[in-house]
Amino acid sequence: MDDGRRTRDNGHEEIVFQRPRALSDVVTHYCPGCTHGIAHRLIAEVIDELGIQERTIGVAPVGCAVFAYNYFDLDFAEAAHGRAPAMAVGIKRVLPDRVVFTYQGDGDLAAIGTAEIIHAATRGENITTIFINNAIYGMTGGQMAPTTLPGQKTTSTPFGRDVELAGLPIRMAELLATLDGSAYVVRRSLHDARAVNAAKKAIKTAFQVQLAGLGFSMVELLSSCPTNWGLTPVEALAWVRDHMLPYYPLGDYKVLDEVKRLT
Amino acid sequence: MAKQLLKGNEAIAEAAIRAGVEAYFGYPITPQTELLEYMAKRMVELGRVFLQAESELAAINMVYGAACTGARVMTSSSSPGISLMQEGLSYIAGSEVPCVIVNVMRGGPGLGNIAPSQGDYFQAVKFGGHGDFHPIVLAPSTVQEAIDLTVLAFDLAEKYRTIVYLLLDGTIGQMMEPAELPPMQPLRRERPAWALTGAQGRPKNIISSIYLVPEELEAFNRKLQAKLDLIRANEVRYEEMDVDDAEVVVVAFGTAGRIAKSAIKAARANGIKAGLLRPITLWPFPEERISHLADNVDAFLVVEMNAGQMLEDVRLAVSGQVPVRFYNRMGGVIPLPDEILGAIQSIHDQIRVTRPVFHVEGF
Repeated sequence: MDDGRRTRDNGHEEIVFQRPRALSDVVTHYCPGCTHGIAHRLIAEVIDELGIQERTIGVAPVGCAVFAYNYFDLDFAEAAHGRAPAMAVGIKRVLPDRVVFTYQGDGDLAAIGTAEIIHAATRGENITTIFINNAIYGMTGGQMAPTTLPGQKTTSTPFGRDVELAGLPIRMAELLATLDGSAYVVRRSLHDARAVNAAKKAIKTAFQVQLAGLGFSMVELLSSCPTNWGLTPVEALAWVRDHMLPYYPLGDYKVLDEVKRLT
Repeated sequence: MAKQLLKGNEAIAEAAIRAGVEAYFGYPITPQTELLEYMAKRMVELGRVFLQAESELAAINMVYGAACTGARVMTSSSSPGISLMQEGLSYIAGSEVPCVIVNVMRGGPGLGNIAPSQGDYFQAVKFGGHGDFHPIVLAPSTVQEAIDLTVLAFDLAEKYRTIVYLLLDGTIGQMMEPAELPPMQPLRRERPAWALTGAQGRPKNIISSIYLVPEELEAFNRKLQAKLDLIRANEVRYEEMDVDDAEVVVVAFGTAGRIAKSAIKAARANGIKAGLLRPITLWPFPEERISHLADNVDAFLVVEMNAGQMLEDVRLAVSGQVPVRFYNRMGGVIPLPDEILGAIQSIHDQIRVTRPVFHVEGF
């Protein structure tokens, strides 16, 4: 594996790029072009930078990220579909000095696990949630998610999402921001380099919010699913920009004053 | 420690605290709410974890998370709430973390009522969650026994890394009786090697119930079944009364078992040789003992506050050797000693009539 070592003109070797320590040295099962890999890397970089690898516990969802526990070099639990926040609460309440985060997709967090995420947020549970919104159920092969856009074709909306039949999408960052227990709720995207840098900054802030004991923090990440969208990886990133961003505007939906003083 | 007048639900809560429970997660539901309310006060006083969850679904997953840290954890609920917990219980079974579940049963199905029932025997003993599993199921018949079995439940849960149910009905949860509480155990601070605590100075730990490769899941299931076999071999518990010369043995658990004692005394006073076998562990079930008794008795009478759930396990154990008859009340109605006595007398009369006949039908 490329360990990131490069030799400069003067003969000195320096490391310019390497795998974060918080990521395991394994091949993931994610499809080519899927942005889960970027999200994983950003979380691992943040954990390295904050020096919290040995006291961080992750909770994996049901969905494409079901095997996240194999990819992070961290203690990890694998939750039932949608129940990651409840499981994280159980861990965090017993071990309040550990850093506990959930990694959840849109089916997991915004459909079957809606009650668990809302009540974790409203109680101000001191946990962090990374929410991957790719507007589709990836693992089961491309069915409608609660975040599927109006008109979007999926295997369970073969004629496009008809809002008269299937209802309207849900905007989770805006929803959770209304809860008094939320300390930090933002939406970012992974569709280009600039967006990725902003996403990493938000993930770092979210973990810092937990380290400062300020309450619930969530970063929603607009992500691509080239396989189930039927697009190339590059087309899929453009689709995030052109179709998801207008419906799911990026922004800071809840930032407590104490959080602003952190950064 | 002297005996005190204690309410079942509160006695279980205090017993759990003295057994070193570190975290309690629950949701209000009659007839177990006093247990949650007691925990809300005492756990907070002691600086331990108490949380009223948004649902039983969330409560059991909080239990799951807390159990992953190696802490002693529990929840309590009543029938409909326990139904909601079945998903989480299956995951807990599949990842072998220990926890204690108290089900103060009420009448069902559906919303049913809040009166005492034994209708959740199948759900607990046969396991209501998906997949192959049996939790250990402890069935107290008095407040004192509920206290003692609560302490035992935590020890067994940890010993076998399994789910232990305390299965009682609303009668025992709600009644007050003189009982003695155990001494306060100190909280354990050390965590088991498998626990999620942060990977400090060791490789990471993963707690999961997923095995995508069929052969691997089969191997895990074989390991799980081997553990259950060990529990079957070591943990069967029951109480007997007057079985040595008994012609009719009543098999009943919990409240029904307790009421049956009065009926058996009355039957003996009437010259009928009746005895009682009261399973304390519903799983593992005392099937060998029942099979052995079947060599010497003329008939069994199963008494339950349900439509005949343990009855099936008694029939399996007896395996057609002698007749197995059944008396029950349902819907939250408690059988009276006279009713059970009537059933004992009836079966006794039939045995006398049919004794010369080798093939007995109609039982």
